[in-house]
Parts: sequence; structure tokens; C-alpha cells
Amino acid sequence: MLFLSCALLAAYACADKNHVGVINDPETKEECGGCHFAFPSTMLPTASWLEIMQNLDNHFGEDASLDVRTNQHITNYLTSSPERSEDPIFGFTDGIQEKKSPIRITETPYWIGKHFHISEEQLESGLAGLKARCTVCHLRAESGIFRYE
Amino acid sequence: MKSSFFFVAMLCLFTTDLYAIDLDALIRHYAIKAEKENPVFSDFDLERGKNLYSKSFISGKKDTPSCTTCHSKDPTQIGETRAGKVIEPMAISTNPERYRSLKKVEKWFRRNCKSVLGRECNATEKGDFLTFMKNS
Repeated sequence: MLFLSCALLAAYACADKNHVGVINDPETKEECGGCHFAFPSTMLPTASWLEIMQNLDNHFGEDASLDVRTNQHITNYLTSSPERSEDPIFGFTDGIQEKKSPIRITETPYWIGKHFHISEEQLESGLAGLKARCTVCHLRAESGIFRYE
Repeated sequence: MKSSFFFVAMLCLFTTDLYAIDLDALIRHYAIKAEKENPVFSDFDLERGKNLYSKSFISGKKDTPSCTTCHSKDPTQIGETRAGKVIEPMAISTNPERYRSLKKVEKWFRRNCKSVLGRECNATEKGDFLTFMKNS
């Protein structure tokens, strides 16, 4: 009985829509997480990650370039990490046309739909760069949980 | 089997040692480079380093005119990236664990000099900067 309960709980946790996942690759986590929250690979389609990784010398207004090997490694992880294929629940990439793939997660239809009730002023005021700081509102985002708390 | 393990262990030790470095060693490294780059180079200058750290440039990216845009005006204090991540202090007095890897230092000089100045820094600038951090 106990086993069954645990199994059910585990299944529920896996199906939890708030559990987006985390970056599991140490090198990707270190390089991306050095400057900002290390956004899970599931949050953008492949075309977006490629666009970002090919333009790191002008990364949202800063030079974040990497050596060729590291860039290749991180690109591979972001575009083909196991989490991307094991994550059928999320709709981050839904409604995105490949040719119009945004490089900002906050411009994906999914993100906009989830945050429509929060005004632009609220998102940008108070703490600088609030939109990029998931952890301000999602206290457990570092663990991959994006429930509003 | 045993010998291959020993070989790998020695290789790890050697590789780790290669990157284990401190601020004085980094300053010596840039002094050698500065002499090669500039025949009239004499020594690094704390005041020049301080000026480089505080000065605003218009030659770089518009969102990052100065080192102090992200690092605190006082290098003994923490800074913050534009995306809201804490940056540990740059001064060795409050952050003795910094400056342990030439590879890492070079990576950040390359990126940040391009962001702030719009070009790579030369060895004299890097040495001046580190001399300021050593004495902050």
C-alpha cells in the first residue's frame, strides 16, 4: 500500500505542471548561471537556442562569448538534452513558428499566457530585470519548480 | 591497471596544478606580457587600475559603460549582473578565492573589456586592474 502511494506520488510529481526541470549539465549550468538564472532547456525551441548560441558576442547587450569547444558542448546540451524529449507536458514551444523563434523566453506565447495577469510595470518595477529573475516570484525555480508562491 | 591509474592520477594532479594560481602569479604573468607588448613598460600602476575600473567609456556596448555598471563602485562590495545575479567582490581582501585560474581570468577580461571598452584589454591594463584589486 505504502509502495503504491509512493508510486502514485512520484507519478504525480512527474506530471506536475509546475515542475519544469533544471539544467543538469554542470558546464552549461556554470556558464549560463554565471550571469543569470540558468533557464531550463525546455523553455525555448531549438532554433532559438541556436540563434542565442551563435550570437554570444552580443548577448542581450553584453559579450558572453565562449571558446568553440564550450560553445559546441552547451549548444548540444540545450538542443538535445534528455529533458527536452521527456517533457511532453509543457507548452513553452507551442505556437512558435520556426522562422519567428524568439530569443527571449518572455516573448514565447506560453510565458505571456502564464503572466498576462501581471502588469508590465509590476514585472519591471521594484527589482531590476525582474522579468529575467524567475526566482523573485518562483521561489523554488532553482529546483525546477515554477509554482507561484 | 595499477600503473594506468597512477598515470591518470598524476595527470589530474598536473592539470590541477597548471590552473592553481594566485593573484601575484597572475600579475607576474601580465608583467612579462606587458614587457613584450610595450618596450617602455616599467611597472603596473594602482591609480591607472582604479581609473580603468571607475571610468565610463562610450566605445563599448551602451548597456555596460563601466566596470562599475555590474561590479560595485567599491570593489570590496558585492555587485549585480544586469540579469540580477550577485557578483562576489572583486577585491582580494574580501574575496580571497578569486583569481585562481588564468583561463577564467582571461575569459572574463576578454568578454568584459569588449563589453565595456569595445576592444580587448592589453596586458598593461590587465596588470593595472589586478594591482588595484590586490590593494583594495
